[in-house]
Amino acid sequence: MTDAATDTAHDFIASTIADHSVALFMKGTPDQPACGFSAMTVQILDHLGVEFVGVNVLQNDDLRQGVKAFSDWPTIPQLYVKGEFVGGCDIVREMFQSGELKTLLADKGLIEA
Amino acid sequence: MPMPVADLEAELKAAFPDAEITIEDLAGDGDHYRARIVSAAFSGLARVRQHQLVYAALKGKVGAELHALALETAPPA
Repeated sequence: MTDAATDTAHDFIASTIADHSVALFMKGTPDQPACGFSAMTVQILDHLGVEFVGVNVLQNDDLRQGVKAFSDWPTIPQLYVKGEFVGGCDIVREMFQSGELKTLLADKGLIEA
Repeated sequence: MPMPVADLEAELKAAFPDAEITIEDLAGDGDHYRARIVSAAFSGLARVRQHQLVYAALKGKVGAELHALALETAPPA
């Protein structure tokens, strides 16, 4: 990966999480997830009824590696809410089960409480 | 590339000597694990930071040699 490609990926990630209140970096697309962990995370977001943008990291290897470096997180999916890294699949699931995720999204005004 | 459960446990134990560690081999292939780690090292940290500590302890193996490590971390009750 060249430095220029790294910068491009970094800028793309930064602008994605700035432009979208809820951004999910995932394998595949929300309609066609390419990995069970990404699929489960999409299901949770759909269940909560929050609007989100899914970014398929498989479309570009710089992006796939870039988002891991950006978040200091080794796996995909990765969920961002209002520019903040919330976590991967396990944390999202745990927060969903405990009700924290719903509270977080409601507090940010992204779903109805 | 699979990783024997004993190696995974040894690496976690080395990084978190006080920890209570439970590991399950989810698929029986040495490549998809679930680990529950209870350690005082996690006290007061957000979940993201707790998991980052575990990933750091495994030195880049998660997402590479280990396809999947489902994590559950907590400070001692």
